Amino acid sequence: MRTVTIVGASLAGLSAARALRAQEFAGRIILVGAEEGTPYDRPPLSKDFLAGTTTADDIALTTADDKLLDIDWRLGCTAAQLDTSDRAVVLDTGEWIHTDAVVIATGARARTLPPLKNVFTLRTLDDAIALREAFASGGSVVVIGAGFIGAEVASTARTLGLHVTVVEALPTPLAGPLGTEMGRVCAALHAANGVELITGVPVERLMGTARVNAVRLADGRELHADTVVVGIGAVPNVEWLAGSGVEVNRGVVTDSRCATNIPNVVAVGDCASSFNDHAQTVIRLEHWTNALQQPRIAAATLMGRASVHAARFAVPYFWSDQYGSRLQFAGHREDGDEVEVVEGAADSSFVAVYRRGARPVAVLARDEPRAFGRWRRDLVVSEGVLS
Amino acid sequence: MIPVCAEGEIAEGTAVRVDNGDRPIAVFNVDGELYAIDDTCTHQDASLAEGWLDGCTVECPLHASCFDLRTGKPTGPPAKIPVRTHSVVVRDGHIYVEQDL
Repeated sequence: MRTVTIVGASLAGLSAARALRAQEFAGRIILVGAEEGTPYDRPPLSKDFLAGTTTADDIALTTADDKLLDIDWRLGCTAAQLDTSDRAVVLDTGEWIHTDAVVIATGARARTLPPLKNVFTLRTLDDAIALREAFASGGSVVVIGAGFIGAEVASTARTLGLHVTVVEALPTPLAGPLGTEMGRVCAALHAANGVELITGVPVERLMGTARVNAVRLADGRELHADTVVVGIGAVPNVEWLAGSGVEVNRGVVTDSRCATNIPNVVAVGDCASSFNDHAQTVIRLEHWTNALQQPRIAAATLMGRASVHAARFAVPYFWSDQYGSRLQFAGHREDGDEVEVVEGAADSSFVAVYRRGARPVAVLARDEPRAFGRWRRDLVVSEGVLS
Repeated sequence: MIPVCAEGEIAEGTAVRVDNGDRPIAVFNVDGELYAIDDTCTHQDASLAEGWLDGCTVECPLHASCFDLRTGKPTGPPAKIPVRTHSVVVRDGHIYVEQDL
């Protein structure tokens, strides 16, 4: 293996380059990124960066040490095609990159609504800069979607003194990841912080000619809006793989070692639908830690080794900071799991454990990092590793 | 010198957190070697003593930033600022930390 091409230059792609070097890959690494700039950290985009308390320099992911990685960068261009018979990645610039192995790390893009001025999604640094400018002119904000991004944006908008309404089509926000009961508990943060939450009503359409001025709901209500933020999930960037032979089912299908059905082609991060040893099913995770950890497993796979971290990394983990509270979640919840608050109280700080039968399968905490850590460790230990 | 605990109270592969005013210190035992660093992650408020140990690397339990226990250098994102390292002294069966100012 002399050349590895990594497609996608965000956390997962950069982590893949670092992991390959850490595992002593001495060949050529080409890193293709759609954005013009070098990789940056996305979680602050909905929080400190949006609030204006941190800068683009602060959230840069690359450090001086990364020069030693000797990466051959291709920034500002996208992969248009993967030719598995000719072993080449074809860029939109027309360049053919002949390569021995490919790391697919193309991530996901924000799902959106028809374009209208002052309607935003939040995924990239440019998105965050534009939204920050819109927030600076004040007024009313309507956030469509009460998922984690929506909740964090609403929280930040509130700290900036804006009038905020959150609209969620589902009866209970976050019911997918957290279940109905804890979804309701977390959604209560909106009202407690002066943000109106409307649930169970889909958006019919955005009103306004050139610029948005209201959001019309399916029940006929119209919410005045100077700014609208659409937080209705993300779509994996996998269209470029059409015709390549790489199996795609929503995301790029991989085993628990990030291997696709094509030899020497691995997939990591938001674009990968990977078999998860903890969940015992295929899941596509959009968690920051997954984008950090999967590349270490994938690099080992390409180098023909087993990753010593695989068992620990199999337990999914994410956090969300909203309204001054820190939510942490580890594990994999399914419908039918029982949830119980085991420490604290649901209306303040707490630890809630999800069980399937007698077995703990996931843990959620709000402002209880220490107790959460113990439960998370237990989940990992039950995976068979002690590190 | 800041007293930590009796020798042997930090099992291999674990850490102890020492309250030290507003700058708590974490003492780790890696295969019998003791290392002391600032306990609070330089990225955001989290206790590194509660992190995951992997050789001489500790991974923050909050956002997975990694630090080298020997140098305090960040070795994994998102942290970019080092943690302070401190000298560990074992005397008469007790562990002490000499705070690096």
